Formats: sequence, C-alpha cells, structure tokens
Amino acid sequence: MRGASKTTYQLPIGPIHPALKEPVMFEFKVDGERIIDVDVKLGQVHRGIEWAGTRRNPIQILYLAERICGICSYCHPMSFALAVERAAGIEVPERAQYLRVIQGELERICSHVLWAGVAAHEIGFDSVLFLTWEIREKGLDLTEYLTGNRVTKGITMIGGVRRDITDDMVPKVKQALDYLKEKIDKVQHVFLNDKTIKLRCRDCGVLTKEDALKLCAVGPTARASGVKKDVRLDQGYFAYTDLDFDYVTPDIITGEVKGDVYDRVIVRLLEVKQSINLIEQCLEQMPKGDIVSEPKIPKLLATLKRVNGEGIGRMEAPRGEVFHYVRFTGTGNPYAWKVRAPTYNNILPWIPMLLDQQIADIPIVAASTDPCMSCTNRVAIISNNKRYIMNSEELHRLSIEKTRRLSI
Amino acid sequence: MIRDKQLKPEEIVQSFKDAFTTNIEDSRIERRVTGIKKAGFTIIWLRVKRESFKDVVKHIFTFDEYPHFAVTSGYDMNENIELVYHFSIYHGSRGREISLNITVTLPKNDPSIDTITDLLPGAVISEQEKQEMLGVIVKGIPKNQRVFISDDFPEGVYPWRKDETGPDKHVRNLHKEEDKKT
Repeated sequence: MRGASKTTYQLPIGPIHPALKEPVMFEFKVDGERIIDVDVKLGQVHRGIEWAGTRRNPIQILYLAERICGICSYCHPMSFALAVERAAGIEVPERAQYLRVIQGELERICSHVLWAGVAAHEIGFDSVLFLTWEIREKGLDLTEYLTGNRVTKGITMIGGVRRDITDDMVPKVKQALDYLKEKIDKVQHVFLNDKTIKLRCRDCGVLTKEDALKLCAVGPTARASGVKKDVRLDQGYFAYTDLDFDYVTPDIITGEVKGDVYDRVIVRLLEVKQSINLIEQCLEQMPKGDIVSEPKIPKLLATLKRVNGEGIGRMEAPRGEVFHYVRFTGTGNPYAWKVRAPTYNNILPWIPMLLDQQIADIPIVAASTDPCMSCTNRVAIISNNKRYIMNSEELHRLSIEKTRRLSI
Repeated sequence: MIRDKQLKPEEIVQSFKDAFTTNIEDSRIERRVTGIKKAGFTIIWLRVKRESFKDVVKHIFTFDEYPHFAVTSGYDMNENIELVYHFSIYHGSRGREISLNITVTLPKNDPSIDTITDLLPGAVISEQEKQEMLGVIVKGIPKNQRVFISDDFPEGVYPWRKDETGPDKHVRNLHKEEDKKT
C-alpha cells in the first residue's frame, strides 16, 4: 500500500459488473477518489480447454481452439496449426500463406473496430459506438463472404486454409475495403479531434516503456508505450515477410509516446488502416496454386499420428502475441497443449496503469488493453447468502424440463 | 538497450555451452522459412539441468536487456514433470527475433524450481499457473495463490497431471451420466 493518508476503503469490482464486459475481479484500495492499490483475480472463466484438447485429435482441436475466444476465433486455431505444422514438418503452399494473412488482418479490423466502439461507450459517447458497430457489420459481412461464417470462421486447416478467394470474388472484397477505408477515416477524425475524448484519455492510465518491457506486455498495449513488439515483423510468419509495413507506435501521429489510453486509441486506429493496406497488398501479390498441402483429412491424420516432437506457434492477434505450444508422442492426440492468449500478458500492466487514477477512470483504463476473458463455463448461484455452482447436468435437466413444459 | 551486437543462433548456443558446459544437456536449432521470398527465422531449443536453470535465464539478459517471456508450458512425464520456458530475444527489428525455449526436468518427489520473477516480473501469473495445474513448487514466488482455478476446487488435485493426483476422478461426462439412468 502506497501513500495512504487517512482511512482507506476496499472497493471490489467484479466478477460481474456493468463496467466490465467480461468476468474478472478487481479489488481496489481507494483513498477518496484515488486508487492506491489494485489486485486482479482471474479464473472466473477457466474452462480447462487445454485438458480437453489432449483428448482430441489435431483436426478436432482446430474447432475447439476456435471456441477459446469469439473475437480471436481465427488466431487460436491458426496458431495451433502453426505449432502442429512445425512439429510435423508440414510445408504450407504459398497461396495459402497469403490467404492466411488476409483472414488474420480481416479479424484485426473487426476486433479493433469493435473495441473502438466499446471504448467510446465506456466514456459515455454512444453515438460513436453505433458508428463503429455499423462499420463492423460490413467487416462481418466480408468475413461471411470469405469464410461462410460471421464469428467462428471454420477456415483453418493444418497445412493451409479451407476456402480460396477466387478471381471473381476479388471485386467484392475490394469494394468492402473501400467502404471500410472511408468510414475508418471518419472514426479516426472523431477520436483524434474530439475534445471530450482527449480530456478523458490523455495522461490517463499511463504504462511506461520500462513497465511494458518488464511485465512482457504485448500487442497495441506494448506498442502504445513505445515498445516495438509485433510478431508479424519480429519473426515473420505466413506471407508477412513479403509485405511492406512497419511497427505502429503513437508518435507517428503525435510525435511523442506517452503510453496513455489516448496512445492506445491511436495505435489501434492506425492498425486498422494498416490491415486494410495489407489485405490490398495480398490481393495484388497472391500467387496461384494450392490452398492446402494435404486435402485428404484421413491421410493428414495418419501423418500426424506418426509425429513425435514439439512445436511452437506464435501469431500477432489483434490484442498481441498469441502463443501455442504442442507436443506429440506418436499417439495422434497431443500429449501436451499450452495456449497463451495475449490478455494473459496484459493483465499485470493493468496494475501500474490503474494506480493513482480516479475510480471513474477504471472502465476506460481497463478497456484500453482490450481485455478478453472468454466466456463462462459454470453458473454460480447465490441464494439465501449461500453460493453453489450449477453443473452442466443440472442445467441440462432444467433445459429438458422446460422443453417438456412447452410441448404439452 | 544493449543491442550493439546481435549474435547468430549458433553463437548463442555456443555461449550457453561455454558458460554452463555439461549442464546444457541438449540443444537444437530449428530453422524455418516463410513467404515467397523464403525469409528465414530461428527457434532455439535448450534442455538444461535444474541446478543451472536460474543462471541460464540470467544469461539470456546478456544478449538482450529486455527479453520477451511468453509463457511456461508444462506436462507430466511419468516420473518427472517437464517445464518449457518460452522466451524470445531481439524484438523490435524486423525479422531478427529469435525464439528461445528452455526445457527443465523436475523429479516428482521434489518438483521445485526457482522463481524468475525477480528478473522478469511479468512471469508471475505463469508461475502461479504451474503451481496449481502441475503441483510444481516455485521457490520465492511473490504471490503464492491460485490464479485460474477457483478456491473451492479440492486441494492436491492437479489438472495437468496424468497420475493419481490428476483430475480424472473429478471428470463427469454428461453422456455417460445419461446412459446410467436408462
């Protein structure tokens, strides 16, 4: 506890709270309006997905990994596929590497635009929420056009992707990109020129470069503090090494790095434009060829069954580095699977960001790292001051009973 | 940052071998290429003895003042527990980052390892997770509490273990429960 003057108070926020979009628990120690100590409690949503993965084969895991996070439903299975490909020595066709970039960048656009709306909502600027989500709708339409799905995309395959972008599809993709470009300019104008946004976000929730490095922050949270970490550039994968782009830091626009909420806004908005540009580059340069190295799934599974080794898959997800480790021992199912989502590394930076801030700034500071806790696995019920957990069996029973009641 | 001289992967491995000799049990350099231009990148795998583990991590700081730490993976290998620490060095310059994975074996009768949070404060959540998921004891951990598992989960059960302390008897399969009833 630092700088406690008179009486301090405990202020719990969460696990479920209107200011938080997903379940996480904060315990604040406050002195008046000022936050003097913070503790973060995680695990409200742990579902044991890694454990479940060791009971499935790699193809089944693609669809399980897709359900780790509804927003990063491409990064997780793809990062897992990268780890498996490296463990098994599978080469990915060049065209598939470009298609993988396009899907990754489209996901980043949808995610950052969604976040911009949430951030605006947190400071009470709801007209911007509607503007951004209107844009996101177009992003989701494009996702649906390219993958057949809007959220869980089902596009990943070990050794490539499942759907091609044919020449006759390109004009429609370009049309959607032009729409996004025009609208993003409008959002950028609002965020960068509106006085209220500047007053709420400037010098608020500062993360110093030193802290960002020591706490191993990743993604826009790190880059907004001037740390040049971006897996797409640091250790290029897919076709990123062929494309022309650079690290996005806030000084590109403002000439300085402050590491505050405002800088994190700038970085994400610039990255949306960068992503549109990357997709355009891919459409220009994409070579002809196969989209997957082995289209026959039983044959692919037979190959994977013989794999004895380990591999890592790293990707730059919208929130930062996503990391998958997989180890095979020749049984088909992975012996071990470790998933590390970007928010895992961006939890600790919350503490220096929130210290000495005002209580009213908690929602926007917490939202500024774009946290993603993923969805819940159990229902905790509190009745007569007693807490108990309802398991899936009971829920299933209740569900059946309700259906029966309805059908009578 | 001390980045005046970036070492090649072979030089990095050699540097570890010079400093720790036989305590580096195994080393492997994995090279990959990507894209049309076939740009290359490197992943280094080291297997080190537990006695030297902390010093090996300290040694990484001689290459890069602020190495990136992703996470620690871990799994149960019958008699032992193996942990894989995933680092990377030289971020911030395009195509130069090298991944560095350090594997260390802990016997199940003494599954303890030193904390690295004094070197990298960002590692604390990962260390908490290894304690609750694998029953590893991290010596000097600054926050000795559960992180992802809820407080009402039984003590002495470790979800990633494959032995009798594993989660198997706590697993309930909905379809099997349904079968029993009929």
